[in-house]
Amino acid sequence: MTTPIVQLDDVCLSIRGQSLLNHINMALNPGEIMTVIGPNGAGKSSLLKIVLGLYKPSSGKRHIHKRLRIGYMPQKLQIDPSLPLTVQRFLALAGNPNRPDIEAALNDVNALQTITRPIQSISGGEFQRVLLARALLRNPTLLVLDEPAQGVDLHGQQELYQLLASIRDKRQCAILMVSHDLHFVMARTDQVICLNQHVCCSGTADAVANHPEYLALFDQGIEKDFAVYTHHHDHHHNIHGDVVKDDTHSNNNCSGHHHD
Amino acid sequence: MIEIIAPALIIGLILTAIAGPLGSFIVWGRMSYFGDTLAHSALLGVALGLFLSLDPIVGVIIVTVSVAILLSTLQKQRNISSDALLGIVAHGTLALGLVLVSLREGVRVDLLGLLFGDLLAVTFSDTLWVGGCALLLAIVTKLIWNPLLNILINSDLARAEGLAVDKIRMVYMICLALLVAIGMKVVGALLITALLIIPPAGARRLANTPEQMALFASLIGMTSIILGMLASLQWDTPAGPSIVLSACLLFSLTLTRGSQS
Repeated sequence: MTTPIVQLDDVCLSIRGQSLLNHINMALNPGEIMTVIGPNGAGKSSLLKIVLGLYKPSSGKRHIHKRLRIGYMPQKLQIDPSLPLTVQRFLALAGNPNRPDIEAALNDVNALQTITRPIQSISGGEFQRVLLARALLRNPTLLVLDEPAQGVDLHGQQELYQLLASIRDKRQCAILMVSHDLHFVMARTDQVICLNQHVCCSGTADAVANHPEYLALFDQGIEKDFAVYTHHHDHHHNIHGDVVKDDTHSNNNCSGHHHD
Repeated sequence: MIEIIAPALIIGLILTAIAGPLGSFIVWGRMSYFGDTLAHSALLGVALGLFLSLDPIVGVIIVTVSVAILLSTLQKQRNISSDALLGIVAHGTLALGLVLVSLREGVRVDLLGLLFGDLLAVTFSDTLWVGGCALLLAIVTKLIWNPLLNILINSDLARAEGLAVDKIRMVYMICLALLVAIGMKVVGALLITALLIIPPAGARRLANTPEQMALFASLIGMTSIILGMLASLQWDTPAGPSIVLSACLLFSLTLTRGSQS
């Protein structure tokens, strides 16, 4: 039995009389991947802040392993354009100004091409990977990611999850992340916690998906609010992009709509 | 002639040299109103100095440093926007200062000198304590430089990475308060924020790193001191406003240079 690197025992948090987290118990073992899911306002970010030590629990205890080194990737980060800062300098500020180490970390996240660019000029996806590189530069035993997949399309999420899995395999660090998506979590996740101010349920991804409390979050039935739109096009495009009519008789749909 | 000009020039150059790095943080953190608040409260410091029969500069240092500490404590209170909070403290201390001065009968206060500076009234002994203060500020600024950049970028990230965010912020604010106290002598309470903001703003287009920006800001500030004092001698204009105008002129010159990044 390994000792957990982070453990929360019956942690409650209330800020200005408002209760945000109730009786949270969780334990994260070395090298384990844990994903926290839950609706808006469920207290996911507050839970991360407790783990990071930014918030003190109102009651309960946070135990951390004595050699815990945390790499943190915040949800969003705005850098004022008046600050002249290259990606390299931004990474050096993490405490390790070694150029080879910085290059290696950027290489790990496939963002080496950004190294000399001003940090305000790189794209959102690149910025996210640079933030991840900064967390890695601290040589963490625990990587904490706040909604890393937010604003990233499905393909980007897949790449990110592959990247995280390879980082875990290579560095043996534990990963704790919050996912904004209630339905998709990283397949390699060892533990899922479904949070709604208290821990609704936890376990492997499959166990959570079948748990009544998880299903109760959607008691309205997701199919009621979403529909699939089936396209009824009366034309298709040939290889040159020209419009080719499929049916010259029924011309009701998209009649005033030209593709040339 | 030289005995009048030399101390003024030395103090002006020392002030702007150290205002470059400290002022850059004001520009990066969008805190210019914070500098203004410290400057307004400096007038209360002068009044306090008069009341307690201390050197006015001692009163100014006591009040600006206390206000800096007060503000960094109050800003954790989120029921009131920090913008409004700064306004309340700025004008509250200014009003209190003016009332206190008026209660003290028979004392003539050179209000114009306080508001716009009286650079030519400084002496060689002033250069000594200003130089000492500036040296201290330079050492402290060097020590907190990287941590402060990290806090500026994201305070949660800095805290998670183990920095004592509140303490470092407090040290920076106290540095700024000391700088404002020195600046009172040179350009006065109304214009000191100008010397904190205009040189870094001008340096932005010339710099590729935070350190370059701080260095260029110091150079622009020091050039403004020399130009402003020359202009003041040549055309007999007030020294403080002439210095600020020179800084504005240099800033507009940097605008003609194409953006680098």
